[in-house]
Formats: sequence, structure tokens, C-alpha cells
Amino acid sequence: MKNILKNRISKGIVTVPIEERREEIDSLGKELKARIREKFGRSFHIREVDTGSCGACESEIIATTNPIYDIQRFGIDFVASPRHADALLVTGPVSKNMALALRRTYDAMPEPKFVITLGGCALDGGAFKDSYYVAGGVKEILPVDLHIPGCPPSPTQIIRYLLVFLSK
Amino acid sequence: MAVTDELYIDVTSEEFRSKCLELHKRLASPVMMYFAVDERSGKNAFAVYCVFLDAPENSWVIVRMYLPEDASGFESISKDIFSASLFEREMKEMFGLEPSGNPDLRRLKLHDEVWPDGFYPLRKDFAPPGRSQKAGGAYRFKRVEGEGIFETPVGPVHAGIIGPGHFRFSAAGEPIINLEARLGFTHRGVEKLFEGMAAGAGQTVRFSERISGDSAFAYSEAYCGAIEKIWGILPPPRARYLRGIFLELERMYNHVNDIGGIAVDVGFSFPNAFASMIKERILALNEEISGSRYLKGINKVGGVSKDLDGPKRDVLLNSLDAISSDFTQLRAMLTSSISFMDRVDKTGILKKKTAVDLGIVGLAARASGIATDLRKVFPGIYSNAKFNLIKEEEGDVLARLNVRFREFEESARLTRVFAGNMGQGDICAAVKIEPKEGCAIGCVEGWRGPVLYWIKTDASGLIERCKITDPSFHNWQGLCFAVLGNIIPDFPLCNKSFDLSYSGNDL
Repeated sequence: MKNILKNRISKGIVTVPIEERREEIDSLGKELKARIREKFGRSFHIREVDTGSCGACESEIIATTNPIYDIQRFGIDFVASPRHADALLVTGPVSKNMALALRRTYDAMPEPKFVITLGGCALDGGAFKDSYYVAGGVKEILPVDLHIPGCPPSPTQIIRYLLVFLSK
Repeated sequence: MAVTDELYIDVTSEEFRSKCLELHKRLASPVMMYFAVDERSGKNAFAVYCVFLDAPENSWVIVRMYLPEDASGFESISKDIFSASLFEREMKEMFGLEPSGNPDLRRLKLHDEVWPDGFYPLRKDFAPPGRSQKAGGAYRFKRVEGEGIFETPVGPVHAGIIGPGHFRFSAAGEPIINLEARLGFTHRGVEKLFEGMAAGAGQTVRFSERISGDSAFAYSEAYCGAIEKIWGILPPPRARYLRGIFLELERMYNHVNDIGGIAVDVGFSFPNAFASMIKERILALNEEISGSRYLKGINKVGGVSKDLDGPKRDVLLNSLDAISSDFTQLRAMLTSSISFMDRVDKTGILKKKTAVDLGIVGLAARASGIATDLRKVFPGIYSNAKFNLIKEEEGDVLARLNVRFREFEESARLTRVFAGNMGQGDICAAVKIEPKEGCAIGCVEGWRGPVLYWIKTDASGLIERCKITDPSFHNWQGLCFAVLGNIIPDFPLCNKSFDLSYSGNDL
């Protein structure tokens, strides 16, 4: 306990501000934003599914929840069940073994729901797209609403894209 | 530099089993790699290689046999050497070569539900199944039967932000009686994708970084190591030191990540938050000195492409001081908490005997009292730095935690020593791309354990076969034994203490 208190006091607030990029926000469909606001209020819950990722994307997604980036302050959080989720966040090329699990996870989510892909592999299979065992990008299986590019995208990029997607 | 640390022994298919057994016993080495190569076009045969580590001689010993091209199988060695078992199952599904006598021939990666019978991807004449070929098989789990036994299936989609795998627990009351891990969900056909790539191309090295994201540097270093051996290139000293620095940084960010993970898996969230800050600091340091948080884009055949000049070296050393001081606080926070220590002590024990029998490697082996580390076997720059092999005896979660604590500190020390020793000079050998035919093993002690590549190139410098073995491929078995007798709620804790790779295992 002593160690914890000492550490807590000496470290203070470590969270960094994320500057919003106005032009990115403006370039987004206003309709979509209005719908999210109407449907989800200010809280947006995400269920993450790895369909064949190397793990780097997951590492950066987890990093968005650390005290430095603290994505929860924007009302975004990651949940354990698709039943609690507003959006599905998919990483990795879709391995044939995961196509069914991906579909089922999506089906388990309540309406309305969104699909977000993260990282080059999830978009179109990336470096693995020519493989005999990759069903392609997520869009072959589910309707995708937002793509966050990168290999892997940094936590700041992930937060920015999500904020832009949800903002105003 | 010719390949000097690899000894190939050619045997007939009749002698293969006894030769492997002899080496396994004499070298006290598990089967480190064991794979087939389709050489039907050149030699009218399938070649089968079985790789052992000869630690005292600092070398690899590889037993090789040729099977006639119409062979349907070969004699299994896994009844005598357990660590060969998964490799044989892999050869069965990838090449259609049946290891006769192996009691378990279930598929690992090409799941029965989605992949029809009779299609072997690593054969050279493979053509993917058409739409009309239906798969409809089912996987047979081991069943535990009896009064009061219940099964708990988990996955492939888990509650956390992690990779996919299916775990099936059989329990009676609270203790786990059997755990079966069904993996392969992230199979992407990596080994096949390597075939035909230009071995020396930057693009191929970049591809090797995308296989297991938390070991991107170890993977690209092992890849480059194999090609450098085949082509007879020795990276200049400064390049080898820089590789050492980056490899140890990769170990540090992963170890601190797992230490935090172990804390949060017993519900102790504050140290996890603190550990995630230390991890973030190392990732930010990586980006500052190399341009990549996950150390991608650094390695190339012949050396490295990023130098640490004076200012960057100072950034590295200053950050290391701050990181080490934070780490000391983190360690004190955890070890001074009695309730935390109570949860990790004696939980998830992997006995030394079991670990040896299963052929466990790397960090998990060192936590069970096995002194194995490729940094000791192939020391290179580590010998001048007086590398300490870190090992614990108990084999429980605490032992694996302690190995991480101590290795983190050792890595910080090594990084400082390397930064002091690296001297001036080139960071990449003058590579004249002279494609050569040949084969070699590239190896690195990554943070989980040995990351191994065996690569065969043809005369024009294209990759003919690339076999990759991640330490997780050996160690998932260890996890399945370590959880026995523990309660299902402690599974996440046991799992995190191994923290094995899905993508590296499934390829």
C-alpha cells in the first residue's frame, strides 16, 4: 500500500491530450455522426476480435487503455461480450478458421451495430492476402463502417480515428 | 563464413528413428524442429529433417532422410520423443506424409470443419480446393468421463483483447483434470507465402516481421541470420551490437507487459497500470531511436539500417535509467503485497521432469530449472558482456514472474554494456547479392524462447522452403500440464505467466 501511494503521488497525472484534427472531423459523413449520437448517447462500447492478427494491433489497442492514452475518458471502452457491444473491432486477415467465429460474434451483437477494421491485414488481407488460407479482408464477410490504417496504427491514431468517427 | 555450426547427418529411413533417439538422449535436447521438404522435382523424394541442439558443442545437429516420392508415410518417433509429436501431425496435414505409429493424427492448423481431406498446402504441386470440395469433418476432443465431470469450452473468441484459441477444460468439483488447447485459428499459411520470395529483398524481411507482432525484431533477426549464413555474410560488429540492443529492448517491453498482466489477472490493477506505463515508455523509446514502436524496419540481410549515433545513444541510456528506476518500484509494489504473492506462489506448477519430457524451451523452461538459452549456446556479443543465464527452480507462476523480473534487469544491463561496446564502423556488410543455393538455420533467443527459421534457397536466390518454429509451438503443451489441479479461475493467471503466441504457433 505504501508503495502504491508513494507511486501515485509522485507520478501525478500522466495522460496526454489528443489534439483533434478539424479537417478529418469535417470530412466525415455528418449523417453517421448524428445517428451514433442518437443511438448511443455518449458511450461507445467495443468488442475486439482477432481473426488472424500477429498481435501488434492488439498490443496497440490495449495501449489505448493505459494511463497515458486513457481512451475511456472519451466514453469509449472495450467489453468482454459481443452482447454488450456497439461496435466490432476486427484485426488481422480473416483466417478460414475464424470466418465462422467472426460471423457468429457479429450475429450476437444487438442492433444497431458497427464494424471497424484496424490494420492493413483486416482491410484486404494485407501481406497475407494471397494465402490459400485467408478468406480476404473483413469486408468479404461483414459490412465495414470504418477502417483504421496502419501496421499497427499507434494508440494516438486509433483514438483519433475513433473520435473523428464519433465526434460532434 | 561457411555454415560451421550445423552438422547434417544423412540416414536411411530405417535408421532415422534410432539415430534421432540416440541424439535426443545423448544431447539431452528436445526435437527443436522437425519438418519435411518437397524435393520431388530435383531429387524425386521428400526430405525429412529433424533438428537437435548440441549445447556443449555450440551447434545444431540435423538428421536427414529421404523418402521416395510415392511414400505415404514414415515411421513415427513420437512414442519415444514426445516433443516430436506436434511436428509429425504438422507433416501429416501439410504434406500428407503419415507418421505411422503416432497415436494422435488430428489436424492442428487446417481445421477439419473448413478444409477438405486430401489437400496438402506445402506440397509443390498443391492447388487449393475448389468450391465444390466440401469439408465436413469434426475435431475429436479428448473426453474425460465419470460422475460429476463437466466440460467448460472457452473460445476461440475470448473476453480480453487477445488472440483466438479454443480451450476445453474438464473438471470435477474445482480442480482441472484435463485441459485441451485447440489452436490454429490464426493460421495464415505463412510458410507457403515465403516460398518463391526473393531471399535478400527488403520486402521479404518486412514480411518476416509481420508473423508474430510482439517478437517482430526476433523474427526478422532470425530470418536475416539464416540468409546471412547461406550467403556467407558476417554482419559487422556494430551491427551485431545494435541487434543485441534492439533484441533486449524487445524482451524488456514484453516482460514488463506480462508482469503487469500477471498482476491484473489476480485483480491487482494498480501495478498493471504502472507496468503499462513502463511498457509505453519503452515503446516510445523504440520509436524515438529506431522510428518504430515494435522495432520493425531495422533488420536487413547483412546488418541493420538504423544506427544509434551519439544523441540517440544518450537518449537510450537516459531512458534506461528512468525505466530501471520505475521497474524497481514496480517490483517492490508486487513483491511486498502478501495477498499477491500468495496467489502466484505454488500456482500452475510445471515440474522440471514434465518440462524436460515435453521439450519445453525458453523462459518457461528456465523457470522450471532447465538451463537453456541460445544466448549461452551461441553467445557472440553476449560473451564479452558476461551474460548471466537466469533460472528458477519451482516452475510455478512465481518462478516465471521472477525469471521476468531478473531478465528485465539483466536486459537493461546488457543494453548498457552493448551501447558501451559497440564502437564505430559500418552497420551493414557490403552485401553483394550473389544468390547461392543452400540451407541454414537462423536462430535467436527471443523473449519467449528460441525463434528458429530453417530456410532453403535455390540458385537464383528464391526461397524454396521456409520452416519457422516459435517457442510457443513447444510450450503450449507445458501450459496444458501446468494448470492441472488448479482451478479454472486461475487459468488466466497460469496462461499469462506463459504468455504464448497464437500467431507464432499457428503461422
